[in-house]
Amino acid sequence: MAVTDQSPIANEQRRPLSPHLQVYAFALTTAMSIAHRITGVGLYFGTLLLAWWLIAAATSASAFADVSWFMDSIVGRVILLGFTWALFHHMLGGIRHFIWDSGYCMEHPQREYLAKGTLIGGLVLTILVWVAAYTIR
Amino acid sequence: MATNPSGSIRTPVAKVRHLGSARSGTQHAWRMRVTSLALLPLSIAFIWIVLGLIGKDHATVREALGHPFAAIVMLLFVPTGVYHMMLGMQTIIEDYVHGEHVKMWSLMANMFFCAVVGLACIYAVLRLSFI
Repeated sequence: MAVTDQSPIANEQRRPLSPHLQVYAFALTTAMSIAHRITGVGLYFGTLLLAWWLIAAATSASAFADVSWFMDSIVGRVILLGFTWALFHHMLGGIRHFIWDSGYCMEHPQREYLAKGTLIGGLVLTILVWVAAYTIR
Repeated sequence: MATNPSGSIRTPVAKVRHLGSARSGTQHAWRMRVTSLALLPLSIAFIWIVLGLIGKDHATVREALGHPFAAIVMLLFVPTGVYHMMLGMQTIIEDYVHGEHVKMWSLMANMFFCAVVGLACIYAVLRLSFI
């Protein structure tokens, strides 16, 4: 059966379309690319917590007690755990981008190793920092 | 040869000049890389500083953040990080927000948010150092 062209736009005027996410088969590299953005957004809003902490420390003992109470609560700890992971994941994702910028590891299977390394490395560093945090405190 | 249905006498290049997606060649991408390189050691130093302050009382935290090394690290980390995240959020907005008005307001909100958070953090660090 012949393919009929139903587009109302004249052939000469059509611009090349870049295929979006749903066109591709899902892969670990896809997930890592999305995770890089999501962790970036998380860190973006996480700076509010950093600002709160710094301003409270600069303001008064009672303001600092408030922020300390929040950070110490279950909700606070979950957010901080997420922030730690997002920071490490995004950091390793950035290193991965530097490796690609240098022209290396863009082919299969190297890029899959990098994706796995980012995922596992981010989790391992997060656990290490939290173990250190609980040990120091 | 492209058709010219509107009958305009403007050349195709005149119509698209200054209309690149980011309105500025590679500057954005390059600044992203420069800030991410700087953030690599700075984030590690930031984590190191914060790790030493967990569970500490107000006086100890004040003194530690007022120490020149910690303060300088924070004064480098905050603006670099904030500039990096402003660029990143700009890309996300340009990718997903298509309405021209919403896009413009989102891009402005992004800049305002980053300016407020960045300046608030810098002010706090300076105050901890000098007062």
